[in-house]
Parts: sequence; structure tokens; C-alpha cells
Amino acid sequence: MSLRISVDREKCQGYGQCEFAAADLFSLDESGTSVPATDVPDSRREDAERAADACPMQAITVE
Amino acid sequence: MSGVVVVGGGLAGLRSAEALRAAGYAGPLTVLGEEPHLPYSRPPLSKEALKEGVRVESLEFRRKSSVDDVDFRLDCAVIASDLDAGTVTLAGGAVLHFDGLVIATGIRPRRLPIPGPTAGRIALRTVGNAADLRERLGPGAHLVVMGAGFVGSEVAATARGLGAEVSVVALDEEPMVRPLGPDMGAALRRRHEKQGVHFHLGHTVDSFDGDEAVRSASLSDGTELPADVVVEAVGSVPNVDWLEGNGLDLSNGVLVDSAMRVVGTSAAVVAAGDIARYPISLGGPAPRRIEHWNMPTETGRRAGQTLAALLAGGDVDHEPFRAMPAFWSDQYDIALQSFGLPELATEVRVADGDLDGDAIVEYLDENGLVGVVGINRTRDLAPWRSQLMDRARQGMGT
Repeated sequence: MSLRISVDREKCQGYGQCEFAAADLFSLDESGTSVPATDVPDSRREDAERAADACPMQAITVE
Repeated sequence: MSGVVVVGGGLAGLRSAEALRAAGYAGPLTVLGEEPHLPYSRPPLSKEALKEGVRVESLEFRRKSSVDDVDFRLDCAVIASDLDAGTVTLAGGAVLHFDGLVIATGIRPRRLPIPGPTAGRIALRTVGNAADLRERLGPGAHLVVMGAGFVGSEVAATARGLGAEVSVVALDEEPMVRPLGPDMGAALRRRHEKQGVHFHLGHTVDSFDGDEAVRSASLSDGTELPADVVVEAVGSVPNVDWLEGNGLDLSNGVLVDSAMRVVGTSAAVVAAGDIARYPISLGGPAPRRIEHWNMPTETGRRAGQTLAALLAGGDVDHEPFRAMPAFWSDQYDIALQSFGLPELATEVRVADGDLDGDAIVEYLDENGLVGVVGINRTRDLAPWRSQLMDRARQGMGT
């Protein structure tokens, strides 16, 4: 079972709070938009949710 | 069983409720919010939402499925409480009983008693305030901003982007001087001035003039500024009125311990968010109220865990509170990002770049690094943030 993390690229303003919260699950691309990791194990749910909580634009969904 | 009542329908209330569920509390959970909206994000109200139009649906926080069964009651103000009896009183007179209480009523903008008409004067806190302001801003509109802190500076920048004529009136010697220091504040002022913002620092508004609505503002130095709309951003006041009479320390918000348990009552009561005053590892033993973006989430999580433990008769985690405060601010083409508590610094040092361009700025006290601010350098701040995390872990602050 793996997590599905998605970032709404329209909402993301590149504040980078997700990357600070979970550096191995998110990184900012060249345009400064957050890109989530893929194939993230379910054991990382809490970290992923912390990163989603940290997003000022509420651009991150963890399923 | 009356369950848990969360008073306050903002971010801290939501995160507290989620943390209660995450910590295993399965009983009834009621969140009382004074506004007609579910919990939503406020920082965009002076930035993106003000620029692009205010839609509360896009600002609402995602609510975890664990709080699907939580009773969110909107338009529901609490006016009084009796912690020993375990009750809160609603504005309509109804009384709710609780076994556990979360205090998360946050802050409201400070209003100054200034003579003159009140129509056209806006204190920005809610989506309603932002929508009201947006309607009055446009090319050529004259905006007077009172206060040069976060909200004032951001509103000034956004309003310039919308073509408004902007004047900032503040007693401070520079914008954002308290969190960032005088040099950084001066650099920020120069950026605003380049964009056409006029500053009247060291001054106040003595009176507003106009018939039904504000048309102009008279300053303490005699200057007369045209004003179609005024934004009052002169600080905030914790919403503690409903807690009077319980013997709590309400001198600056609500005093809590490092586990967010309210001091001065034996009842199961915690506080979270802008209203809570707590000791934080990075800042030493003196309790502080920190209005930074991530603190409602951090304090809400801790408060929820503590209350769940109290209600279950378990052990409360009394570890020091080691959260890392963070804030950011967008003004024109610059993105400020802060970690730690730069407001505690006794020395400010530009570590890289320069203040009128991009820079990394270190904030130090007698124990070393206590905060860092990046100007368009968010992605490079990780080493400084790690250093601050180390200090928070060691609890070196005094």
C-alpha cells in the first residue's frame, strides 16, 4: 500500500514549507513549484500529512 | 458524557480537533466558530486573495477524515465560561457542558479610538473584511494604511499592484522593525518607496474627516492625506474576554505550560494558537505568544495530545515544546522567509548577499543563532534551519 501525494500546481506558490517539513517527500522544481515524491510507503503518512498541514495555500492532498 | 468543546473555529481549533482524534479521543467533539465559515487560511487575505478576489471555498483548510464526525457550529460566539463547573455560555444564552475544553479564540485587530467617520475604515482579519477592502481598491483609489507590520506592509504592496495610491502611517521607525530589525526594515521601506508607496513614520492619525465615510486623514504632524479607504493594522488583541472570572493569567493571551495545558485551573483545559502563551525551547523559559503562521498547527497538535491524555487519565507529555516558528511574507517580487525567533535577536548579520537584493540574514542573541530570514533565498535556508533545530533540541535558550 502506498500513499498518493498530489500538489495542485495552480494553488502552489512555492513557499517551500512542505520541503522543510519533509525534505525527502517534496522538492521545488525549476519554476519553484512543489513536486511530490512517488511510491511513498503508507508508513510515511504522518510525515506527508504534516507537510500538507504546513502548506499555506492548502495545495497538497494526501490519499 | 459531554465530550470536548473547542472554542474557536480557526486553524488552531481545527488542528486541536484533529490531534484529539489522532491521539485516540473518540468521544463527542464540538467546534464553536464565531465566523460563518469553516476554518480557512488567513495569510492570503492580504496577498493572493486580495489581489485575485476573495473566495472562501478556495481558502478553506482540508479537514482530515478523522474529523468528519465533529460538530462544527458556525456563527457561534462564546461569551462566558465557568471552568470549574465545566460550562461555556453562547451569545444567545445557551450553556454547553464539557469534560475537556480547548481555548482557541485567537486574536482580533486592535482598534484605535480616532475621531471622525468610521465607514471606510477596515481592520483586516476575516474574508468579509478582505472582500470589503477589495471592493474599495482599484486604480487611483487612495489607501491609507495605519501600521507597518506584516499586514500593513503586505496590504500596501498588494494595493500598489492593484493601482491604488498608497500611504503608510506608523509610529515605528521602519516597516516590520519589530520582527526584522531596523536595517532590514529600512531596506524593505526602500523597496516600497521604489514602487511608489509614501511613508509617514513616527506619526499617527489624529482624526479622519468626511461626511458619511472617510475622505481624508489628518496626521500628528499636520499632514492631510486623501483617503478613500483606510486599513487599520496596528496590532492585535487576544480574545480572552469570555475567560474572565476563572482566576487565569490573561495578561497577554492565556498562560499555558509546555504541554499547552492552561495554568491556574485543575479542569482539563488546554489552549492553542495565537491566544496561547507558552514556553518554547528556542526562546528559553519565558512564556511567549507567537503569531507566526505554523504555530497554530504546532500548538494545536500538542494541545490535542495533552487533552486526550488528560481525559483518558494517561500521562501528559511534559517534554519541552520544541516547535520551530516559521513565517513568510510576499511583497512585490520578494519572498521573505523566516525561521526561529528573529525578534529576540540582539545582533543582526547579513550572512550572504545584500539587503537591497537577495540575502540571507542571521539573527543572534547571546547564545548564538536564534533566527534566520531569507530574501528570495528560501531554498538555501536549510542549513540555518538545522542549526536552529539543534538549538531547540538542546534547549539552550535562556
